[in-house]
Amino acid sequence: MKIAVLSGKGGTGKTLVAVNLAAVAKEASYIDCDVEEPNGYLFFKPEHVQTEKIPVKIPIVDENLCNGCRKCVDFCKFNALAYINNKPIVFDEVCHSCGGCVLFCPEKALAEKDKIVGEIQSGVSEKVTVITGVLNIGEASGVPIIKKLLKRADEDPKLTFIDCPPGSACIVMESIKDADYCILIAEPTLFGVHNLNMVYELVNLFGKPLGVVLNKCLEGENPAEEFCIAKGLKILGRISFDNELGTLNSNALISVREHKKYHELFSSLLKIVTEEVQHETVVNP
Amino acid sequence: MKQLLILSGKGGTGKTTLASAFIKLSKAKAYADCDVDAPNLHLVMNQSCEARRSDYYGLAKAGINQDLCMRCDLCRKFCRFEAIEAKPAYKVDCYACEGCGVCEVVCPVSAITLKSAVAGELMLYVADAVFSTAQLKMGSGTSGKLVTEVKKQMRSATVETDLAIIDGSPGIGCPVIASLSGVNMVLIVTEPSISGISDMERIIKTAKKFQTKIAICVNKYDTNMTNTEKIEEFCEKHKLPLTGRIPYDPEAVWAINNSQSIIDLDCAAGRAARTVFNETMKILCDESKRLNG
Repeated sequence: MKIAVLSGKGGTGKTLVAVNLAAVAKEASYIDCDVEEPNGYLFFKPEHVQTEKIPVKIPIVDENLCNGCRKCVDFCKFNALAYINNKPIVFDEVCHSCGGCVLFCPEKALAEKDKIVGEIQSGVSEKVTVITGVLNIGEASGVPIIKKLLKRADEDPKLTFIDCPPGSACIVMESIKDADYCILIAEPTLFGVHNLNMVYELVNLFGKPLGVVLNKCLEGENPAEEFCIAKGLKILGRISFDNELGTLNSNALISVREHKKYHELFSSLLKIVTEEVQHETVVNP
Repeated sequence: MKQLLILSGKGGTGKTTLASAFIKLSKAKAYADCDVDAPNLHLVMNQSCEARRSDYYGLAKAGINQDLCMRCDLCRKFCRFEAIEAKPAYKVDCYACEGCGVCEVVCPVSAITLKSAVAGELMLYVADAVFSTAQLKMGSGTSGKLVTEVKKQMRSATVETDLAIIDGSPGIGCPVIASLSGVNMVLIVTEPSISGISDMERIIKTAKKFQTKIAICVNKYDTNMTNTEKIEEFCEKHKLPLTGRIPYDPEAVWAINNSQSIIDLDCAAGRAARTVFNETMKILCDESKRLNG
Protein backbone atom coordinates (compact mmCIF):
# COMPACT_ATOMS: atom_id res chain seq x y z
CA MET A 1 0.00 0.00 0.00
CA LYS A 2 1.62 3.24 -1.18
CA ILE A 3 0.35 6.58 0.07
CA ALA A 4 1.77 9.77 -1.43
CA VAL A 5 1.74 12.98 0.61
CA LEU A 6 1.84 16.19 -1.45
CA SER A 7 0.75 19.83 -1.36
CA GLY A 8 1.83 22.05 -4.24
CA LYS A 9 2.89 24.84 -1.93
CA GLY A 10 5.97 24.25 0.17
CA GLY A 11 6.00 24.37 3.95
CA THR A 12 2.41 23.23 4.44
CA GLY A 13 3.36 20.16 6.47
CA LYS A 14 4.01 17.29 4.05
CA THR A 15 6.98 16.01 6.00
CA LEU A 16 5.19 16.52 9.35
CA VAL A 17 2.27 14.34 8.22
CA ALA A 18 4.28 11.71 6.32
CA VAL A 19 6.84 11.26 9.12
CA ASN A 20 4.27 11.07 11.92
CA LEU A 21 1.92 8.73 10.07
CA ALA A 22 4.82 6.36 9.36
CA ALA A 23 6.03 6.61 12.97
CA VAL A 24 2.63 5.85 14.43
CA ALA A 25 1.99 2.80 12.23
CA LYS A 26 2.76 -0.70 13.51
CA GLU A 27 5.26 -1.17 10.74
CA ALA A 28 5.89 1.16 7.82
CA SER A 29 8.30 2.52 5.25
CA TYR A 30 8.94 6.21 4.76
CA ILE A 31 10.32 7.22 1.36
CA ASP A 32 11.55 10.79 0.89
CA CYS A 33 11.09 11.75 -2.76
CA ASP A 34 11.91 15.41 -2.10
CA VAL A 35 15.39 14.63 -3.38
CA GLU A 36 16.32 18.31 -3.86
CA GLU A 37 15.68 19.15 -0.22
CA PRO A 38 15.14 15.93 1.75
CA ASN A 39 14.19 16.49 5.41
CA GLY A 40 12.54 13.31 6.71
CA TYR A 41 15.86 11.71 7.73
CA LEU A 42 16.55 14.71 9.98
CA PHE A 43 13.53 13.60 12.03
CA PHE A 44 14.05 9.83 11.93
CA LYS A 45 17.84 9.93 12.38
CA PRO A 46 17.96 6.39 10.93
CA GLU A 47 20.52 3.80 12.00
CA HIS A 48 22.40 1.15 9.99
CA VAL A 49 22.34 3.45 6.97
CA GLN A 50 23.35 1.93 3.66
CA THR A 51 24.13 4.10 0.68
CA GLU A 52 23.67 3.39 -3.02
CA LYS A 53 25.03 5.80 -5.62
CA ILE A 54 22.63 6.57 -8.48
CA PRO A 55 24.19 6.80 -11.94
CA VAL A 56 22.79 8.08 -15.23
CA LYS A 57 24.23 7.42 -18.69
CA ILE A 58 26.12 10.28 -20.31
CA PRO A 59 27.71 10.12 -23.79
CA ILE A 60 31.47 10.32 -24.25
CA VAL A 61 33.11 11.05 -27.59
CA ASP A 62 36.07 9.31 -29.19
CA GLU A 63 37.49 12.24 -31.16
CA ASN A 64 39.57 9.93 -33.36
CA LEU A 65 36.45 8.26 -34.69
CA CYS A 66 34.28 11.37 -35.07
CA ASN A 67 34.11 12.60 -38.66
CA GLY A 68 32.12 15.73 -37.88
CA CYS A 69 28.84 14.65 -39.50
CA ARG A 70 26.87 16.33 -36.67
CA LYS A 71 24.11 13.71 -36.75
CA CYS A 72 24.22 13.59 -32.94
CA VAL A 73 23.98 17.38 -32.63
CA ASP A 74 21.01 17.51 -35.00
CA PHE A 75 19.30 14.61 -33.26
CA CYS A 76 19.59 15.80 -29.65
CA LYS A 77 16.34 17.49 -28.66
CA PHE A 78 17.86 18.78 -25.44
CA ASN A 79 20.78 20.65 -27.03
CA ALA A 80 23.19 18.58 -24.97
CA LEU A 81 25.65 18.25 -27.85
CA ALA A 82 27.47 20.86 -29.92
CA TYR A 83 30.19 20.74 -32.55
CA ILE A 84 32.70 23.48 -31.77
CA ASN A 85 36.22 23.93 -33.20
CA ASN A 86 35.96 20.62 -35.04
CA LYS A 87 35.12 18.80 -31.86
CA PRO A 88 31.85 17.41 -30.50
CA ILE A 89 31.16 18.64 -26.97
CA VAL A 90 28.74 17.11 -24.45
CA PHE A 91 26.86 19.26 -21.92
CA ASP A 92 26.25 16.69 -19.17
CA GLU A 93 23.84 18.70 -17.10
CA VAL A 94 21.20 19.03 -19.83
CA CYS A 95 21.53 15.47 -21.18
CA HIS A 96 18.40 13.35 -20.60
CA SER A 97 20.30 10.05 -21.10
CA CYS A 98 18.02 8.92 -23.94
CA GLY A 99 20.91 7.16 -25.68
CA GLY A 100 19.92 8.43 -29.13
CA CYS A 101 23.26 10.00 -30.03
CA VAL A 102 25.13 6.77 -29.28
CA LEU A 103 22.59 4.71 -31.17
CA PHE A 104 22.59 6.84 -34.31
CA CYS A 105 26.28 7.80 -34.66
CA PRO A 106 27.33 6.26 -38.01
CA GLU A 107 31.01 6.17 -37.00
CA LYS A 108 30.39 4.60 -33.57
CA ALA A 109 32.33 7.51 -32.11
CA LEU A 110 30.04 7.84 -29.10
CA ALA A 111 29.82 5.57 -26.07
CA GLU A 112 28.24 5.94 -22.66
CA LYS A 113 29.68 6.33 -19.22
CA ASP A 114 28.03 6.44 -15.82
CA LYS A 115 27.68 9.76 -14.07
CA ILE A 116 26.60 9.82 -10.42
CA VAL A 117 23.73 12.28 -9.87
CA GLY A 118 22.89 11.43 -6.28
CA GLU A 119 22.31 8.62 -3.84
CA ILE A 120 19.76 6.62 -1.92
CA GLN A 121 20.26 6.16 1.82
CA SER A 122 18.29 3.51 3.63
CA GLY A 123 18.21 2.85 7.33
CA VAL A 124 15.89 2.10 10.23
CA SER A 125 14.31 4.15 12.97
CA GLU A 126 12.40 1.95 15.44
CA LYS A 127 9.78 0.18 13.28
CA VAL A 128 10.15 2.48 10.30
CA THR A 129 12.31 1.76 7.27
CA VAL A 130 13.60 5.16 6.19
CA ILE A 131 14.62 5.56 2.55
CA THR A 132 15.92 8.92 1.38
CA GLY A 133 16.85 10.15 -2.08
CA VAL A 134 19.49 12.87 -2.26
CA LEU A 135 20.24 14.82 -5.44
CA ASN A 136 23.81 16.07 -5.83
CA ILE A 137 24.17 19.86 -5.70
CA GLY A 138 24.19 21.36 -9.19
CA GLU A 139 22.29 18.50 -10.86
CA ALA A 140 19.10 19.52 -12.64
CA SER A 141 16.84 16.49 -12.40
CA GLY A 142 15.98 14.19 -9.52
CA VAL A 143 13.74 12.00 -11.67
CA PRO A 144 16.27 9.12 -12.06
CA ILE A 145 16.64 8.96 -8.26
CA ILE A 146 12.88 9.00 -7.68
CA LYS A 147 12.46 6.16 -10.21
CA LYS A 148 14.93 4.06 -8.22
CA LEU A 149 13.29 5.01 -4.90
CA LEU A 150 9.90 3.84 -6.10
CA LYS A 151 11.32 0.57 -7.42
CA ARG A 152 12.26 -0.09 -3.79
CA ALA A 153 8.68 0.70 -2.77
CA ASP A 154 7.42 -1.88 -5.28
CA GLU A 155 9.47 -4.58 -3.64
CA ASP A 156 8.22 -3.55 -0.20
CA PRO A 157 4.88 -4.99 0.93
CA LYS A 158 4.69 -2.70 3.98
CA LEU A 159 2.53 0.35 4.36
CA THR A 160 4.58 3.02 2.59
CA PHE A 161 4.41 6.79 2.88
CA ILE A 162 5.90 8.77 0.02
CA ASP A 163 6.93 12.31 0.99
CA CYS A 164 6.69 14.28 -2.28
CA PRO A 165 8.53 17.43 -3.41
CA PRO A 166 6.59 20.72 -3.54
CA GLY A 167 5.24 22.03 -6.83
CA SER A 168 3.49 20.13 -9.59
CA ALA A 169 6.24 19.46 -12.14
CA CYS A 170 7.89 16.25 -13.37
CA ILE A 171 9.40 15.24 -10.03
CA VAL A 172 5.97 15.36 -8.38
CA MET A 173 4.38 13.41 -11.23
CA GLU A 174 7.08 10.75 -10.91
CA SER A 175 6.51 10.56 -7.14
CA ILE A 176 2.75 9.94 -7.31
CA LYS A 177 2.71 7.73 -10.43
CA ASP A 178 2.58 4.42 -8.57
CA ALA A 179 0.73 5.60 -5.46
CA ASP A 180 -2.50 3.88 -4.41
CA TYR A 181 -3.75 6.97 -2.62
CA CYS A 182 -2.80 10.64 -2.31
CA ILE A 183 -3.01 12.80 0.81
CA LEU A 184 -3.09 16.52 -0.01
CA ILE A 185 -1.91 18.85 2.76
CA ALA A 186 -3.48 22.31 2.75
CA GLU A 187 -2.88 25.39 4.83
CA PRO A 188 -5.55 28.05 5.31
CA THR A 189 -4.00 30.77 3.14
CA LEU A 190 -4.79 32.15 -0.28
CA PHE A 191 -1.46 30.75 -1.53
CA GLY A 192 -2.22 27.38 0.04
CA VAL A 193 -5.58 27.11 -1.72
CA HIS A 194 -4.26 28.20 -5.09
CA ASN A 195 -1.56 25.51 -5.03
CA LEU A 196 -3.97 22.93 -3.55
CA ASN A 197 -6.13 23.45 -6.60
CA MET A 198 -3.15 22.78 -8.88
CA VAL A 199 -2.15 19.50 -7.24
CA TYR A 200 -5.80 18.48 -7.00
CA GLU A 201 -5.96 18.80 -10.80
CA LEU A 202 -2.70 16.90 -11.16
CA VAL A 203 -3.82 14.02 -8.94
CA ASN A 204 -7.14 13.88 -10.85
CA LEU A 205 -5.26 13.70 -14.13
CA PHE A 206 -3.53 10.56 -12.85
CA GLY A 207 -6.87 9.20 -11.65
CA LYS A 208 -5.73 8.70 -8.06
CA PRO A 209 -8.12 8.67 -5.11
CA LEU A 210 -7.37 11.46 -2.68
CA GLY A 211 -8.21 13.06 0.64
CA VAL A 212 -7.17 16.32 2.26
CA VAL A 213 -5.56 17.07 5.63
CA LEU A 214 -6.14 20.66 6.77
CA ASN A 215 -3.04 21.85 8.62
CA LYS A 216 -2.36 24.98 10.70
CA CYS A 217 -6.10 25.47 11.27
CA LEU A 218 -7.08 28.64 13.10
CA GLU A 219 -10.38 29.81 14.53
CA GLY A 220 -12.69 31.29 11.94
CA GLU A 221 -12.72 31.02 8.17
CA ASN A 222 -10.57 28.45 6.42
CA PRO A 223 -10.28 29.06 2.67
CA ALA A 224 -8.80 25.55 2.20
CA GLU A 225 -11.79 23.95 3.90
CA GLU A 226 -14.16 26.02 1.76
CA PHE A 227 -12.31 24.76 -1.33
CA CYS A 228 -12.69 21.13 -0.20
CA ILE A 229 -16.41 21.56 0.43
CA ALA A 230 -16.94 23.29 -2.93
CA LYS A 231 -15.12 20.49 -4.78
CA GLY A 232 -16.62 17.73 -2.65
CA LEU A 233 -13.22 16.52 -1.41
CA LYS A 234 -12.91 14.17 1.52
CA ILE A 235 -11.40 15.91 4.56
CA LEU A 236 -9.34 13.28 6.37
CA GLY A 237 -8.45 15.39 9.38
CA ARG A 238 -7.60 18.76 10.83
CA ILE A 239 -4.42 19.75 12.62
CA SER A 240 -4.73 22.93 14.66
CA PHE A 241 -2.18 25.69 14.59
CA ASP A 242 -0.16 24.78 17.66
CA ASN A 243 3.04 26.38 18.94
CA GLU A 244 4.10 23.25 20.79
CA LEU A 245 3.76 21.10 17.64
CA GLY A 246 5.56 23.83 15.69
CA THR A 247 8.49 23.83 18.09
CA LEU A 248 8.81 20.02 18.10
CA ASN A 249 8.73 20.12 14.31
CA SER A 250 11.27 22.93 13.99
CA ASN A 251 13.63 20.93 16.21
CA ALA A 252 13.18 17.92 13.89
CA LEU A 253 11.54 15.83 16.62
CA ILE A 254 8.87 13.27 15.81
CA SER A 255 5.77 14.55 17.62
CA VAL A 256 4.13 11.14 18.07
CA ARG A 257 7.23 9.88 19.87
CA GLU A 258 7.36 12.93 22.12
CA HIS A 259 3.82 13.43 23.32
CA LYS A 260 0.81 11.21 23.89
CA LYS A 261 -1.67 13.76 22.54
CA TYR A 262 0.10 13.83 19.16
CA HIS A 263 0.28 10.04 19.19
CA GLU A 264 -3.50 10.03 19.53
CA LEU A 265 -3.95 12.72 16.87
CA PHE A 266 -1.92 10.88 14.24
CA SER A 267 -3.20 7.42 15.25
CA SER A 268 -6.74 8.50 14.54
CA LEU A 269 -5.63 10.17 11.29
CA LEU A 270 -3.88 6.94 10.27
CA LYS A 271 -7.02 4.95 11.03
CA ILE A 272 -9.13 7.24 8.83
CA VAL A 273 -6.54 7.15 6.03
CA THR A 274 -6.28 3.33 6.14
CA GLU A 275 -10.07 2.92 6.05
CA GLU A 276 -10.30 5.38 3.19
CA VAL A 277 -7.59 3.59 1.18
CA GLN A 278 -9.24 0.20 1.77
CA HIS A 279 -12.60 1.63 0.76
CA GLU A 280 -11.07 3.04 -2.44
CA THR A 281 -9.37 -0.23 -3.35
CA VAL A 282 -12.70 -2.06 -2.93
CA VAL A 283 -14.69 0.48 -4.94
CA ASN A 284 -12.04 1.10 -7.62
CA PRO A 285 -9.72 -1.91 -7.60
CA MET B 1 19.33 46.20 -14.96
CA LYS B 2 20.25 44.52 -11.70
CA GLN B 3 18.33 41.34 -11.00
CA LEU B 4 17.60 40.26 -7.43
CA LEU B 5 16.37 36.66 -7.06
CA ILE B 6 14.62 35.43 -3.93
CA LEU B 7 15.17 31.75 -3.08
CA SER B 8 14.88 29.53 -0.01
CA GLY B 9 15.57 25.86 -0.67
CA LYS B 10 12.74 24.86 1.65
CA GLY B 11 9.22 25.80 0.60
CA GLY B 12 6.92 27.97 2.65
CA THR B 13 9.58 30.11 4.31
CA GLY B 14 8.14 33.34 2.88
CA LYS B 15 9.71 33.96 -0.56
CA THR B 16 6.57 35.35 -2.17
CA THR B 17 5.56 37.36 0.90
CA LEU B 18 8.97 39.02 0.94
CA ALA B 19 9.13 39.42 -2.85
CA SER B 20 5.83 41.31 -2.85
CA ALA B 21 7.10 43.60 -0.07
CA PHE B 22 10.34 44.25 -1.99
CA ILE B 23 8.48 45.04 -5.20
CA LYS B 24 6.33 47.63 -3.44
CA LEU B 25 9.19 49.14 -1.42
CA SER B 26 11.48 49.49 -4.42
CA LYS B 27 8.65 50.49 -6.78
CA ALA B 28 10.30 47.99 -9.12
CA LYS B 29 9.53 48.55 -12.78
CA ALA B 30 10.15 44.91 -13.57
CA TYR B 31 9.37 41.75 -11.66
CA ALA B 32 8.72 38.09 -12.32
CA ASP B 33 7.40 34.92 -10.72
CA CYS B 34 9.65 32.00 -11.61
CA ASP B 35 7.82 29.47 -9.42
CA VAL B 36 5.96 28.26 -12.49
CA ASP B 37 4.65 25.03 -10.99
CA ALA B 38 3.15 26.80 -7.96
CA PRO B 39 2.94 30.52 -8.86
CA ASN B 40 1.42 32.84 -6.25
CA LEU B 41 2.91 36.30 -6.71
CA HIS B 42 -0.01 37.43 -8.91
CA LEU B 43 -2.35 36.81 -5.98
CA VAL B 44 -0.83 39.69 -4.00
CA MET B 45 0.25 41.96 -6.88
CA ASN B 46 -3.08 43.24 -8.12
CA GLN B 47 -2.79 44.20 -11.76
CA SER B 48 -4.54 47.16 -13.29
CA CYS B 49 -4.45 45.72 -16.78
CA GLU B 50 -5.21 42.49 -18.58
CA ALA B 51 -2.36 40.08 -19.19
CA ARG B 52 -0.98 39.43 -22.63
CA ARG B 53 -1.24 35.67 -22.78
CA SER B 54 0.76 33.31 -24.92
CA ASP B 55 1.07 29.55 -25.11
CA TYR B 56 4.25 27.90 -23.96
CA TYR B 57 5.32 24.85 -25.91
CA GLY B 58 7.34 22.35 -23.93
CA LEU B 59 9.18 19.36 -25.27
CA ALA B 60 7.40 17.45 -28.00
CA LYS B 61 5.68 14.13 -27.24
CA ALA B 62 5.72 11.03 -29.40
CA GLY B 63 2.54 9.69 -30.94
CA ILE B 64 2.02 6.31 -32.68
CA ASN B 65 -0.11 5.95 -35.78
CA GLN B 66 -2.01 2.71 -35.13
CA ASP B 67 -2.70 2.13 -38.85
CA LEU B 68 1.01 2.01 -39.63
CA CYS B 69 2.30 0.27 -36.47
CA MET B 70 3.37 -3.32 -37.15
CA ARG B 71 4.02 -4.14 -33.50
CA CYS B 72 7.74 -4.82 -33.98
CA ASP B 73 8.42 -3.65 -30.40
CA LEU B 74 11.58 -1.69 -31.34
CA CYS B 75 10.24 1.60 -29.95
CA ARG B 76 9.48 0.03 -26.58
CA LYS B 77 12.88 -1.70 -26.45
CA PHE B 78 14.82 1.48 -27.14
CA CYS B 79 12.79 3.87 -24.97
CA ARG B 80 14.82 4.71 -21.87
CA PHE B 81 11.83 6.32 -20.16
CA GLU B 82 9.48 3.30 -20.16
CA ALA B 83 7.05 5.55 -21.98
CA ILE B 84 5.73 2.99 -24.45
CA GLU B 85 3.03 0.53 -23.51
CA ALA B 86 2.59 -2.54 -25.71
CA LYS B 87 -0.84 -3.65 -24.58
CA PRO B 88 -3.56 -3.56 -25.78
CA ALA B 89 -2.00 -1.52 -28.61
CA TYR B 90 1.33 0.32 -28.86
CA LYS B 91 0.75 3.60 -27.11
CA VAL B 92 2.85 6.43 -25.67
CA ASP B 93 2.45 7.37 -22.02
CA CYS B 94 2.57 11.14 -22.53
CA TYR B 95 3.46 11.78 -18.87
CA ALA B 96 6.54 9.55 -19.10
CA CYS B 97 7.63 10.63 -22.62
CA GLU B 98 10.43 13.19 -22.57
CA GLY B 99 10.34 13.81 -26.31
CA CYS B 100 13.84 12.53 -27.07
CA GLY B 101 12.83 11.21 -30.48
CA VAL B 102 14.62 7.84 -30.35
CA CYS B 103 11.40 5.93 -31.09
CA GLU B 104 10.71 8.12 -34.11
CA VAL B 105 14.06 7.17 -35.64
CA VAL B 106 14.04 3.46 -34.80
CA CYS B 107 10.51 2.85 -36.09
CA PRO B 108 11.00 0.98 -39.40
CA VAL B 109 7.62 2.02 -40.82
CA SER B 110 7.59 5.70 -39.77
CA ALA B 111 4.55 5.20 -37.57
CA ILE B 112 5.86 7.53 -34.89
CA THR B 113 6.00 11.31 -35.01
CA LEU B 114 6.88 13.89 -32.42
CA LYS B 115 4.30 16.59 -31.89
CA SER B 116 4.80 19.71 -29.84
CA ALA B 117 2.16 20.35 -27.23
CA VAL B 118 1.08 23.33 -25.18
CA ALA B 119 2.70 22.83 -21.76
CA GLY B 120 1.77 26.04 -20.04
CA GLU B 121 0.79 29.66 -20.38
CA LEU B 122 2.93 32.78 -20.18
CA MET B 123 1.34 35.95 -18.83
CA LEU B 124 2.80 39.44 -19.24
CA TYR B 125 1.30 42.48 -17.57
CA VAL B 126 2.53 45.80 -18.92
CA ALA B 127 1.32 48.89 -17.07
CA ASP B 128 3.40 51.16 -14.81
CA ALA B 129 5.59 48.13 -14.29
CA VAL B 130 6.28 44.95 -16.20
CA PHE B 131 5.20 41.72 -14.49
CA SER B 132 6.09 38.42 -16.10
CA THR B 133 4.59 35.17 -14.84
CA ALA B 134 3.48 31.79 -16.09
CA GLN B 135 1.66 28.68 -15.14
CA LEU B 136 2.72 25.18 -16.05
CA LYS B 137 -0.08 23.05 -17.44
CA MET B 138 -0.75 20.18 -15.04
CA GLY B 139 0.90 16.99 -16.22
CA SER B 140 3.39 18.71 -18.52
CA GLY B 141 6.40 18.13 -16.36
CA THR B 142 9.54 20.08 -17.16
CA SER B 143 9.51 23.57 -15.75
CA GLY B 144 13.12 24.79 -16.21
CA LYS B 145 12.55 25.89 -19.80
CA LEU B 146 9.41 27.79 -18.82
CA VAL B 147 11.39 29.65 -16.11
CA THR B 148 13.84 30.77 -18.79
CA GLU B 149 10.91 32.00 -20.91
CA VAL B 150 9.47 33.98 -17.98
CA LYS B 151 12.77 35.81 -17.48
CA LYS B 152 13.20 36.38 -21.21
CA GLN B 153 9.68 37.81 -21.43
CA MET B 154 10.37 40.19 -18.54
CA ARG B 155 13.59 41.48 -20.11
CA SER B 156 12.07 41.92 -23.56
CA ALA B 157 9.24 44.11 -22.24
CA THR B 158 11.33 46.23 -19.89
CA VAL B 159 12.61 49.51 -21.28
CA GLU B 160 14.86 51.32 -18.79
CA THR B 161 15.08 50.30 -15.18
CA ASP B 162 17.69 49.71 -12.50
CA LEU B 163 16.13 46.85 -10.67
CA ALA B 164 14.19 43.67 -11.32
CA ILE B 165 12.87 41.42 -8.55
CA ILE B 166 12.40 37.74 -9.21
CA ASP B 167 10.45 35.34 -7.00
CA GLY B 168 12.00 31.88 -7.26
CA SER B 169 10.86 28.34 -6.57
CA PRO B 170 11.79 25.96 -3.75
CA GLY B 171 14.34 23.20 -4.23
CA ILE B 172 17.72 23.19 -5.97
CA GLY B 173 16.87 21.50 -9.29
CA CYS B 174 16.16 22.62 -12.85
CA PRO B 175 13.70 25.49 -12.22
CA VAL B 176 16.01 26.97 -9.57
CA ILE B 177 19.09 26.55 -11.76
CA ALA B 178 17.21 28.20 -14.65
CA SER B 179 16.20 31.11 -12.41
CA LEU B 180 19.77 31.59 -11.13
CA SER B 181 21.42 32.18 -14.48
CA GLY B 182 22.24 35.83 -15.06
CA VAL B 183 21.05 37.28 -11.74
CA ASN B 184 23.23 39.73 -9.78
CA MET B 185 22.23 38.70 -6.30
CA VAL B 186 20.32 36.01 -4.44
CA LEU B 187 18.49 36.67 -1.20
CA ILE B 188 17.84 33.43 0.66
CA VAL B 189 14.84 33.44 2.99
CA THR B 190 15.24 30.81 5.67
CA GLU B 191 13.33 29.79 8.78
CA PRO B 192 14.65 28.60 12.14
CA SER B 193 13.92 24.90 11.80
CA ILE B 194 16.36 22.00 11.41
CA SER B 195 14.79 21.35 7.99
CA GLY B 196 15.09 25.02 7.02
CA ILE B 197 18.79 25.09 7.95
CA SER B 198 19.58 21.88 6.06
CA ASP B 199 17.78 23.21 2.96
CA MET B 200 19.46 26.61 3.28
CA GLU B 201 22.90 24.99 3.24
CA ARG B 202 22.03 23.11 0.03
CA ILE B 203 20.67 26.20 -1.76
CA ILE B 204 23.72 28.24 -0.73
CA LYS B 205 26.00 25.60 -2.29
CA THR B 206 23.85 25.64 -5.43
CA ALA B 207 23.87 29.45 -5.69
CA LYS B 208 27.64 29.59 -5.10
CA LYS B 209 28.16 27.64 -8.32
CA PHE B 210 26.78 30.69 -10.13
CA GLN B 211 29.19 33.08 -8.42
CA THR B 212 26.47 35.55 -7.59
CA LYS B 213 26.30 37.67 -4.44
CA ILE B 214 24.39 35.88 -1.66
CA ALA B 215 22.63 37.28 1.41
CA ILE B 216 20.46 35.59 4.02
CA CYS B 217 17.45 36.69 6.06
CA VAL B 218 15.61 34.76 8.75
CA ASN B 219 11.81 34.72 8.63
CA LYS B 220 9.65 33.74 11.64
CA TYR B 221 12.87 34.09 13.63
CA ASP B 222 11.10 34.16 16.99
CA THR B 223 9.52 30.71 16.54
CA ASN B 224 12.81 29.06 17.53
CA MET B 225 15.54 31.32 18.91
CA THR B 226 18.09 28.51 19.29
CA ASN B 227 17.86 27.70 15.61
CA THR B 228 17.90 31.40 14.64
CA GLU B 229 21.19 31.74 16.49
CA LYS B 230 22.51 28.64 14.70
CA ILE B 231 21.67 30.26 11.35
CA GLU B 232 23.39 33.49 12.32
CA GLU B 233 26.48 31.62 13.51
CA PHE B 234 26.54 29.69 10.25
CA CYS B 235 26.38 32.93 8.24
CA GLU B 236 29.16 34.49 10.26
CA LYS B 237 31.35 31.41 9.86
CA HIS B 238 30.83 31.34 6.10
CA LYS B 239 31.07 35.15 5.74
CA LEU B 240 27.55 35.43 4.34
CA PRO B 241 25.83 38.75 5.00
CA LEU B 242 22.64 38.71 7.07
CA THR B 243 20.09 41.30 6.07
CA GLY B 244 17.74 40.88 9.00
CA ARG B 245 15.18 38.97 11.03
CA ILE B 246 11.44 39.00 10.46
CA PRO B 247 9.13 37.88 13.30
CA TYR B 248 6.24 35.46 12.99
CA ASP B 249 3.21 37.70 12.57
CA PRO B 250 -0.43 36.57 12.26
CA GLU B 251 -1.12 39.88 10.55
CA ALA B 252 1.11 38.77 7.69
CA VAL B 253 -1.23 35.82 7.10
CA TRP B 254 -4.19 38.21 7.23
CA ALA B 255 -2.53 40.49 4.66
CA ILE B 256 -1.89 37.63 2.23
CA ASN B 257 -5.44 36.30 2.60
CA ASN B 258 -6.69 39.77 1.71
CA SER B 259 -4.44 39.99 -1.37
CA GLN B 260 -2.20 42.57 0.25
CA SER B 261 1.49 42.84 0.86
CA ILE B 262 2.82 42.90 4.43
CA ILE B 263 4.02 46.46 3.95
CA ASP B 264 0.50 47.65 3.13
CA LEU B 265 -0.38 47.49 6.81
CA ASP B 266 1.51 48.66 9.85
CA CYS B 267 2.61 45.35 11.33
CA ALA B 268 5.75 43.90 12.91
CA ALA B 269 6.55 41.71 9.89
CA GLY B 270 6.10 44.66 7.54
CA ARG B 271 8.44 46.88 9.57
CA ALA B 272 11.09 44.16 9.70
CA ALA B 273 10.73 43.58 5.95
CA ARG B 274 11.64 47.26 5.38
CA THR B 275 14.90 46.78 7.26
CA VAL B 276 15.68 43.61 5.33
CA PHE B 277 14.93 45.48 2.10
CA ASN B 278 17.24 48.40 2.96
CA GLU B 279 20.09 46.11 3.99
CA THR B 280 19.67 43.95 0.89
CA MET B 281 19.70 46.97 -1.41
CA LYS B 282 22.93 48.20 0.17
CA ILE B 283 24.61 44.90 -0.72
CA LEU B 284 23.13 44.85 -4.21
CA CYS B 285 24.31 48.44 -4.85
CA ASP B 286 27.79 47.64 -3.57
CA GLU B 287 27.79 44.85 -6.08
CA SER B 288 26.77 47.28 -8.83
CA LYS B 289 29.59 49.63 -7.92
CA ARG B 290 32.07 46.81 -7.91
CA LEU B 291 30.91 45.62 -11.33
CA ASN B 292 30.96 49.09 -12.84
CA GLY B 293 34.14 50.25 -11.24
